[in-house]
Amino acid sequence: MSMLDLLRQGFVQNAFLAGTIIAVISGIVGYFVILRGQAFATETLSHVGFAGAAGAALIGINSLIGMIFLTVLTAIGMGTLGQRVKGRDIEVGMVLSFMLGLGVLFLSLYTQNATRAVNLLFGSILSVTREDVMLTLGSSVVVLIVLIILFRPLLFASLDPVAAEARGVPVQTLSILFLFVLALTVSQAVEVVGALLVFALLIVPAASAERFAIKPFSVLILSVVISLFSTWSGLLLSLVGHQPASFYIVAFTSLFYIISRLAPRFRIPGRYRELPHPSREV
Amino acid sequence: MQDSIILENVGVRFGELSILNDVNLSIHAGEFIVVLGPNGAGKTTLLKLLLGLIHPSAGKIQILGRTPRRGNQAIGYVPQHRVIEPETPLRARDLVGFGLDGHRWGIGLPSRARTEMIDRALEEVDALSLAESPVGLLSGGEQQRLMIAQALLTDPKILLLDEPLANLDLAHQQEVVGLISRICRTRGVTTLLVSHDINPLLQATDRVLFLARGHAAIGAPSEVINNETLSRLYGLPVEVARVADRFFVLGAEL
Amino acid sequence: MFNIFQYGFIQNAFIAGSIVAVVAALLGYFLIVRGLTFAGHALSNVGFAGAAGAVLAGIQPVYGLVIFTVAGSVIISILGKRIRERDVAVGVVMTFALGLGILFLSLYHGFAESAYSILFGSILGISQSDVIVTALFSLIIILGFGYLARPLMFSSFDPEAAEARGVPVRTLDIIFLILVALAISVSMQIVGVLIVFALLVGPAATANRLTPRPARAMGLAIVLGLIYIWLGIILAANTVFPVSFFVAALSFVVYLPVRLLSSHWWGRGFRGENVHA
Ligand SMILES: Nc1ncnc2c1ncn2[C@@H]1O[C@H](COP(=O)(O)OP(=O)(O)OP(=O)(O)O)[C@@H](O)[C@H]1O
Ligand SMILES: [Mg+2]
Repeated sequence: MSMLDLLRQGFVQNAFLAGTIIAVISGIVGYFVILRGQAFATETLSHVGFAGAAGAALIGINSLIGMIFLTVLTAIGMGTLGQRVKGRDIEVGMVLSFMLGLGVLFLSLYTQNATRAVNLLFGSILSVTREDVMLTLGSSVVVLIVLIILFRPLLFASLDPVAAEARGVPVQTLSILFLFVLALTVSQAVEVVGALLVFALLIVPAASAERFAIKPFSVLILSVVISLFSTWSGLLLSLVGHQPASFYIVAFTSLFYIISRLAPRFRIPGRYRELPHPSREV
Repeated sequence: MQDSIILENVGVRFGELSILNDVNLSIHAGEFIVVLGPNGAGKTTLLKLLLGLIHPSAGKIQILGRTPRRGNQAIGYVPQHRVIEPETPLRARDLVGFGLDGHRWGIGLPSRARTEMIDRALEEVDALSLAESPVGLLSGGEQQRLMIAQALLTDPKILLLDEPLANLDLAHQQEVVGLISRICRTRGVTTLLVSHDINPLLQATDRVLFLARGHAAIGAPSEVINNETLSRLYGLPVEVARVADRFFVLGAEL
Repeated sequence: MFNIFQYGFIQNAFIAGSIVAVVAALLGYFLIVRGLTFAGHALSNVGFAGAAGAVLAGIQPVYGLVIFTVAGSVIISILGKRIRERDVAVGVVMTFALGLGILFLSLYHGFAESAYSILFGSILGISQSDVIVTALFSLIIILGFGYLARPLMFSSFDPEAAEARGVPVRTLDIIFLILVALAISVSMQIVGVLIVFALLVGPAATANRLTPRPARAMGLAIVLGLIYIWLGIILAANTVFPVSFFVAALSFVVYLPVRLLSSHWWGRGFRGENVHA
């Protein structure tokens, strides 16, 4: 079968549609995740997604719905409980391990289906249905609208919560709303790359982009470009190479990250001289 | 008098950024020196040089007759603004105890001698009643006293304090200054104290070391904090006002 | 309920499980106070790749695990110097390793089944020789740990002062993570990569909320870890559910009330204890 024939197949089209939508919003949401230092919370939500999907499989509903339900619930819980859901918090880690345990429980109840578990954990983009695509589109639109409305106060609150609060920005509410958006995004990313690899799509592109640019808009665009490129290339390669798409996607985003870590050496230092230095207030 | 710290033509660069430039000074044993200078002048850098944590890119440093080396037991060090999170699972006594044997390999068994030494250090900073409290719950001033106790445990000859007065109210500033100067005088400990305000320290200090733009000036407070010296250091006109035995520097941040 | 102890594999599981619980609780205490919770999670996922690679190469999974987790811990320590960067660096290493893991497994035939048992553990398959390997590794970890204990404490709570005192803070970072890597490698067979984390962090997280005394907290963490793993094995042997679920659930169920209520006793009654004495 030639490449063109492949691309005419319904399941391939679904995969590309869903992959594109998810890559775009992951790139955007990932930027805020990095700003807010919530990488670990994201990782945890992805495992919550795993538990949600496994639970959905158990009671026989669409796995995306199960994921969205449980992740949003957890996000609201984390947002109201922890004042600052920061990367290193033990609380986040405890939720993570509990959710993993729950996922394992659901799976073992679900007639101990190993393939199902592996699909959830490592993604199964090629088995996405048209219904999944529509659901993805719907929740992505929600995510985008919320982010556009929140954009400026969210940026402010992420960068300088104390000053933002003094200015009357509802920092706590924003934090919950953002976790809600994050939960929606993570649930969708689980479909593409699986619960274990959400990091690759949601955080790695933004983390790489952050090192090449400094203006929020440039970082956002670069981040979306990286995640789109990685997703498309990953999908194409998996159609040709028969290895799982998630492997290729992870490989591509990691490559970008490595390049970005090596890049600062070639950067002109003068560009960053103007930035305020924390110990140079004079 | 014997010199306990000597710097000869010392320079420090970070990449292309020159922080200290041709600094010469000698500090006598038992002296109380206040280190002043604007943010980023290199005050913390100077202390790290003495601790052997960074190496000068030029010049020679002698501390108690030797070149600086890491882990020098003869130096007690209180780093700049350490923030202790409220929920840190550690008691005041444990934090202070690090000063005694935190750097030694192996588990280390509790002993009566160890407890007594820690108690004595706590008593010296008037914090014995805090010994069992979780450190994170203590106030900034109380934490500051613990850090000083930690630095004192090995009976150091030199005490380096990086902004120990920051975040303290006037009463606590006086208390900490009194404590440090008592230690300096009674034990003969050479003390370098970094501060942004000379006034609470005027009574206690012997000499002032002022750092700005990579250069250093050392001398009695009125020798250093005057229009001439500061203008030379900053390279722009600086005015010093003396009001009621206190110094106010205009046109530059102290 | 207790006649399960007649079986050799249950006895093996108990012995290996107990050893692992002790080691994990001790290291978990330091993972938490050093703010390396996420790194602990990431390393256990890195272990997945190692185990999968070993399955593909046809060697004992534990060797693949050791190689990958140790390499992972070195890379994490080097990449993530500053705290802000660390989470991302840790996550990238983790995701990349997981990607490799899935590649290895897809090259291998019994794809899903072997992934399943690596991820979730297979307590039934613990042999006598596994117990011996576990015990040996744990001995190494405990000895190394005992040697490092004091500087590790110092640099965890007060890195700047520790460095000034001559503690090799950066080297300790790496060595500590390597110890964690070894602990994860030996734990994985029993509880699976996904829940090693629960055993590492769960007991210590609870213990840290109960007492500010380091020695007590470590002791308490060990006791809790042992209880979790014992109950987990007993419950798993009597039901169809995996040990990993019980360990994760128990540690969370104990942790949650302790965390929520801890403000009631945290710091209470400490202050002034000596005033009257
Ligand atoms: N490791 C480093 N690499 C590059 N630059 C550094 C490094 N350490 C310090 N600097 C720079 O050296 C200068 C002096 O720093 P230092 O911390 O000594 O200032 P300081 O006088 O203590 O200031 P403050 O009053 O704010 O504490 C600063 O401009 C700082 O940015
Ligand atoms: Mg400083």
